[in-house]
Amino acid sequence: MSSPAPTGNQQTSHTPVGLIAFAWTLVGVPLAYGLYNAVKAASALFGG
Amino acid sequence: MAVPSFLARERIVARPGFNRWLIPPAALAVHLCIGQAYATSVYKTALVEHFDTSLTAIGIIFSIAIVMLGLSAAIFGTWVDKNGPRAAMFTAAVFWVTGFLVGSLGIATEQLWLLYFGYGFLGGIGLGIGYISPVSTLIKWFPDRPGLATGMAIMGFGGGALIASPLSRQLMNVYDPGYDGTAGTVPSGNAVAMLFLTLGLVYLAFMMFGAFIIRVPAEGWRPDGFDPASVKAKSLVTTENVSAGNAIRTPQFWLLWTVLFCNVTAGIGILEQAAPMIQDFFRDGETSAVAAATAAGFVGLLSLFNMGGRFVWSSTSDYIGRKPIYMVYLGVGIVLYVILATLGSTATWIFVLTAAVIISFYGGGFSTAPAYLRDLFGTFQVGAIHGRLLTAWSAAGVAGPLIINGVLDSRGTPGELVAGDYRPALFIMVGLLAVGFVANLLIKPVASKWHEPKAAPSPSTQEASVVR
Repeated sequence: MSSPAPTGNQQTSHTPVGLIAFAWTLVGVPLAYGLYNAVKAASALFGG
Repeated sequence: MAVPSFLARERIVARPGFNRWLIPPAALAVHLCIGQAYATSVYKTALVEHFDTSLTAIGIIFSIAIVMLGLSAAIFGTWVDKNGPRAAMFTAAVFWVTGFLVGSLGIATEQLWLLYFGYGFLGGIGLGIGYISPVSTLIKWFPDRPGLATGMAIMGFGGGALIASPLSRQLMNVYDPGYDGTAGTVPSGNAVAMLFLTLGLVYLAFMMFGAFIIRVPAEGWRPDGFDPASVKAKSLVTTENVSAGNAIRTPQFWLLWTVLFCNVTAGIGILEQAAPMIQDFFRDGETSAVAAATAAGFVGLLSLFNMGGRFVWSSTSDYIGRKPIYMVYLGVGIVLYVILATLGSTATWIFVLTAAVIISFYGGGFSTAPAYLRDLFGTFQVGAIHGRLLTAWSAAGVAGPLIINGVLDSRGTPGELVAGDYRPALFIMVGLLAVGFVANLLIKPVASKWHEPKAAPSPSTQEASVVR
């Protein structure tokens, strides 16, 4: 993913995939809820 | 101003191997919360009834918040760059959430000034610091795709309103079963107070999550396969750095300020009047061919294009360049505004399509601005420079509604206006976009006399930056 930083003795650490998935889910779910409601409201424009 | 050690920039330097894709959700966690600022119309009527006051008196709450957004972003921008994103996000969360809690108290005790002070003043400071807090960090993590990175975060600001509107309606329905979210029912003041309390607590959790997972890249870090020389090869993109103090002395900053001001003012012209505008454009006598529910659908569609434009156009700017994309926003915007003014009332699809694309350019203008600043002034104090640039938003937030409301007030009374009454305002917007277009054309690379000395300064020495 990235080049090692030139900082000498720093340990390499890999970000847990689970944490990345959790973080994206945490912001993705509310966003999907908002998008769903906006699309539902916009559908009135097209007679839905 | 020192910050507690757990918030310090040094504590959040990523170790080698850190995955940068954890940064966008951290930024989104903040922007999705502060984007609530654009969902205040949901409880506006309830507050008017609760405080037995005018719409203007309630509208002032939002105006204070937007003015404070610009001021705090400009004033605290350097502090944000110096202390890093965790301290900034934490501080933004404290102000934003305190704003909700004080606002809730104001509603519960029927003290309108507390709402002004809480949501408007304190919340507005949270808005400004929160808005700029992840921007420079994202640009540093994504030097290969700065437009995509800032687009993702600032898209969140548009998304925040999409979430807060339906969520607020549902929560107010829980706190006041007599309110069902349909036209004609108004939630009680107590329900709005409880809503503020609930949103404050939810936003606290979200923003703190963002603050604690955010990291800054180590000095010299770059993504695999990224060659900084490839950036320098692009015209208008610098690998040099300019301090915030010097940036505001350059014509480039004020030209970009003008570009943003014109683009935002023009967009607000439509956003401000979206629902009544579509009905007035298709009015025949006292009735409109567009029903209220359809007009609400139009507002929903604009919200989607506002949010989508922030991501799509900003990402596109990584490929075609920042100056060309603003030529599209402003140049194509002029054509679309002329179509809207002259042909907008001939068919609903023409009106809807042109307005939607204009609003996508409005959103794109916001999200592309930080990447444009990065291109012109480097990454050194891009957050602080962005903060100063956002004063253009505050100014446009005043100018846009003044223009559209001023013109419409002079043409007739709401409910009787027709398409022709909007034409003067729309042509004023065309003129503004033309001014912005010329300002963008005049932007050239920043003169070398403004560049920082070659030895790259560390964040802790930013205050000592050379001011010429």
